[in-house]
Amino acid sequence: MTRPTVDLRPTTQPPMPRARPIASFFTRPQVIALAAVLLVNWLLFPGFFTITWQDGRFFGSLIDVLNRGAPVAILAIGMTMVIATKGVDLSVGAVMAISGATAATLVTSGVPAPVAVFAALGTGLLCGLWNGILVTVLEIQPIIATLVLMVAGRGLAQLITEGYIVTFSDPLLIFIGTGSFLGFPMPVVIAALLMILATLIVRRTALGLLIEAVGVNRSAARFAGLSAGALLLIVYTFAGFCAAISGLIVAGDIRGADANNAGLWLELDAILAVVIGGTSLMGGRFSIPMAVLGAMIIQAMNTGILISGFSPEFNLVVKSAVIIVILVLQSPISARLFRRLPGAQK
Amino acid sequence: MTVEQPVLEARGIVKVFGQHRALDKVDFAANAGEVHALLGENGAGKSTLIKILTGAYQPDGGDLLLDGQPIHLRDPLHGQTYGIGTVYQEVNLLPNRSVSENLFLGRQPSRFGLVDRKRIDAQARDLLTRYGLDIDVRADLSEYSVAVQQIVAIARAVELSGKVLVLDEPTASLDRNEVQRLFDVVRGLKAKGLAIIFITHFLDQVFELADRVTILRNGKKVATQALDTLNTTDVVRMMLGKDVAFEHHPSALSGATKGAVRVEFQQIGRKGMAPFDLAVHEGEVVGVAGLLGSGRTEVARLMFGVDTSDGGQVRVDGQPVTIRNPAQAVAAGFGFCPEDRKIDGIFGDLSVRENIIIALQAKLGWFRALNRDDQIELAGRYAEALDIRAADHDMPVKLLSGGNQQKVILARWLAIDPTFLILDEPTRGIDVGAHAEIVRTINRLREEGLALFVISSELDEVVAYSNRIVVMRDREMVAELDGDTIAPDAIVRAIAGTAPGKPQEARP
Amino acid sequence: MTRSLRPLLATTLIFLFAYMLAVSQQPAMLSTRVLGNFLTDNAFLGIAAVGMTFVILSGGIDLSVGAVIGFTTVLIAVLIMWLNLHPLIAFAVALIVATAFGAVMGAAIHYLRVPSFIVTLAGMFLARGGASVLSPDSIGIEHPFFTAVQKSYILLPGGGRLTVVGMIMLAVFAVAILLAHRTRFGSNVYALGGSETSAALMGVPVARTTITIYALSSFLAGLAGVVFSLYTSAGYSLNALGVELDAIAAVVIGGTLLTGGYGFVAGTFIGVMLQGLVQTYIVFDGTLSSWWTKIVVGVLLFMFIVLQRLVFRAGPRRT
Repeated sequence: MTRPTVDLRPTTQPPMPRARPIASFFTRPQVIALAAVLLVNWLLFPGFFTITWQDGRFFGSLIDVLNRGAPVAILAIGMTMVIATKGVDLSVGAVMAISGATAATLVTSGVPAPVAVFAALGTGLLCGLWNGILVTVLEIQPIIATLVLMVAGRGLAQLITEGYIVTFSDPLLIFIGTGSFLGFPMPVVIAALLMILATLIVRRTALGLLIEAVGVNRSAARFAGLSAGALLLIVYTFAGFCAAISGLIVAGDIRGADANNAGLWLELDAILAVVIGGTSLMGGRFSIPMAVLGAMIIQAMNTGILISGFSPEFNLVVKSAVIIVILVLQSPISARLFRRLPGAQK
Repeated sequence: MTVEQPVLEARGIVKVFGQHRALDKVDFAANAGEVHALLGENGAGKSTLIKILTGAYQPDGGDLLLDGQPIHLRDPLHGQTYGIGTVYQEVNLLPNRSVSENLFLGRQPSRFGLVDRKRIDAQARDLLTRYGLDIDVRADLSEYSVAVQQIVAIARAVELSGKVLVLDEPTASLDRNEVQRLFDVVRGLKAKGLAIIFITHFLDQVFELADRVTILRNGKKVATQALDTLNTTDVVRMMLGKDVAFEHHPSALSGATKGAVRVEFQQIGRKGMAPFDLAVHEGEVVGVAGLLGSGRTEVARLMFGVDTSDGGQVRVDGQPVTIRNPAQAVAAGFGFCPEDRKIDGIFGDLSVRENIIIALQAKLGWFRALNRDDQIELAGRYAEALDIRAADHDMPVKLLSGGNQQKVILARWLAIDPTFLILDEPTRGIDVGAHAEIVRTINRLREEGLALFVISSELDEVVAYSNRIVVMRDREMVAELDGDTIAPDAIVRAIAGTAPGKPQEARP
Repeated sequence: MTRSLRPLLATTLIFLFAYMLAVSQQPAMLSTRVLGNFLTDNAFLGIAAVGMTFVILSGGIDLSVGAVIGFTTVLIAVLIMWLNLHPLIAFAVALIVATAFGAVMGAAIHYLRVPSFIVTLAGMFLARGGASVLSPDSIGIEHPFFTAVQKSYILLPGGGRLTVVGMIMLAVFAVAILLAHRTRFGSNVYALGGSETSAALMGVPVARTTITIYALSSFLAGLAGVVFSLYTSAGYSLNALGVELDAIAAVVIGGTLLTGGYGFVAGTFIGVMLQGLVQTYIVFDGTLSSWWTKIVVGVLLFMFIVLQRLVFRAGPRRT
């Protein structure tokens, strides 16, 4: 069949040779960017790299960056896979609030802490499953499907907490947010474990490849005998699960569940982290560790702005600058410019 | 027939894509008051020529003349200002807007900056009456059938341009009455002196409507002739090549050594596709001959579960299997190289290696992952067997040439050790060398005992590897040629609908 | 009846039904006083939602709306209180800045070929950040002009007050309805939402229209900021947090298809009023808590998204 639709948009993109993992790790733009941000931080604050050991755990600005960046990193782990399928999940911030609210409310009403934690993770899974069903069964565009929970989620969280900031003193929940393991803050340990686990699962099983295949070309995936539905369901459910973990950490950190502010706008940070990590919003190739690195870049900038005395909101300006730079670099216009450069390979 | 100066003329048009010469010094001329049909199989260069005539592409060589004056078209919009309007198969209007707005978008009459809706509606009604349409012009375009949408599109194109009207497969999704309605409109326009260029793959429609025909084949013009000097068989012969290089492969000829039945389809069909029965044997290639739009791709899609059959049964090695989606087809050991490689075949950003192992991996499931070494071994084995030329199996497959991409998809299916392989236009859009190789590969696979179903527009190619040939016309399997009956004349006649003993094409 | 009218009809019926239900529970809600407050309280949301309607009709989304409102309130406060400019001049400057901001976003969306949500996300960060760089703290605005505007209203029969702010919203809706349904620009917006390829082939100036759409959205967000500053007499960088979500919800509940191409500006008005109704009812009831608003809006959003899937999935109905 001839396809008479005239496509007016330029479709060619420059081939991006895929770098090999270990050999070129240190020449990746993300790694260089992180190094640059850390270097600037060090110049602003010479004690930046100092790490001390106190009361059985590490302290220092660098540890702080890891610790503060962990919730977004965890969100980014789930978000990476969603974006790899050419989707997006706008609801993860709201799901964080729901998860924190669930755990806090249950614990304060006398439910044993481990049960509360499992219940919180369960609600996260349910929220993710809901998104997945909207995307796969009702075939609603991801951005629209997840918008529903983004709008209603905070209301649900408040319904659970009945509008209060539910504070708790349960040691397990507090430990998740502020404790330490082998000297490292728990959020960092959890994020690192989740990153390793998720990476192992997607790379040791065929999930990673199949997700990428669905993201690159959904139609070809169907012709190759791949069923995308179950994959999408899993991916969205996992994103909800990651959001629930993040929600627990944030709640544990402030020893309470704040349905209004927990995870507010973090979905956007998570998307940004994934994009910085090199996963295209058009789906396809993804890297979980790189997305985590992206989250760390965001947090390192955040910390840098704080220690240099700017107001924390200035961070937003920097973030928007980062997005603009990435967009311009990825745009067809710059691709054309690069191709015109003398010596550029064809 | 007029001998006057043509309205729109193309002289020595050349268009090159990469290393592929899509059009090679093609001449074409459309006169006022004639319907000029443009015919050719896939890859013949028809759509490229149309895009050049309407301004969507710019030629790499040759001239475009309007009323004898050379013109250079930047884009279709620019073409419109010269009086060249186009109507596509998939209507390129706005389904979400009213009929009148579709007619007048960009030139709405307005008063004090506000669009005068009443006047637009009245003008739209007047305009459409002239085309024999009496409809509510305020309703959304999408509420009407494709036929009505086509007429609206024609009305818009003619209103805006009014010299040349290009109809690019306008009848592909219309039923018989709708086609007649459309033809009445076209005849009216012809009488008014428009030059109409008509692209279709329905030969009977060409004979019914057109005055002259230009036939393209492999990017070259075969002929431009008045249709009253031709019959269907002549046209088919010209489209498929005059000199059918009729070399039946030796082992294919020995039809007697056919193996057991591997795959059997019984009463598979759906709306718009007559149910068919077909059995494919071990070590057999069933070739499909038929023009574009005859239903050949539809058969392949039904076999592979891309479209679901309304009934019938499929048996593999005598056992009934359910095939309602491609995953089930793959589980049953089927493979399918689709016609549109780029859209349905390759994963452009994934590596050659991943593209080769993906179907096997999908078949194995999520948890039985092929590790890197398995993948490298598999990809290496099949890349060597099919002579896939890639500098590196880790490079994205989109960087390979068309022929190598096709071999990658073939390798993908060989990797699942298939019982039955469906190839839809496996040699379309690839260079001559790779072409011959793919034909050789098909022959080898047959010798190795695979059951194959191969669709091709190239008659000599089908003949070169088929044990049996199924002929399709009007979404129906109309003839089956076997052994000695595989003769070029017989095939051409069957396609044209003039085969003895077969029901003739009878269109009102 | 045109297919796209059905969601609008559904919204209208739901609104009337909900209003009757609310009145049957709280008879006091049937008064022009409540209606007047409705308009005043939701004016900034309504104005912003009008801009969002155009963006969504064209197949895009604008996440920067709330941030632009916040930025505008800060800018106005700074211009009036620190630079001692007359409020009208401050308004004009703020509107020009906002419009230019939107035009740049529109240009980025068109020329960089990136999804609108990521460009307007950057815009949202930039506007919020810019606002807090101007002033991290809330700035109270005291000016005789503000007091005068806040005190003027038209008395409605029954004691209701149609404030200046409410009138601005009604005027914006009136102009926007004309713009959407009676101008070439409006047609072009719908055309883009239907199919960008077809629109371009039919002669729609795609670049110009895209830029105008986002400029218009930001202009209206700026106007919503003006209204917000009149409403609260303050400029604060965190004003109107999350208003983009309310605006999107209002547009969708108002019957506009989130993927673009179908919808009505008038529907957005009903969408805004429906949200206002839920809020007002909750205030009147006294026992319900405010978070029910979000849940109800979320449920409505879900209902309309599913409804649209069903309505627009059907094939042609006439021949």
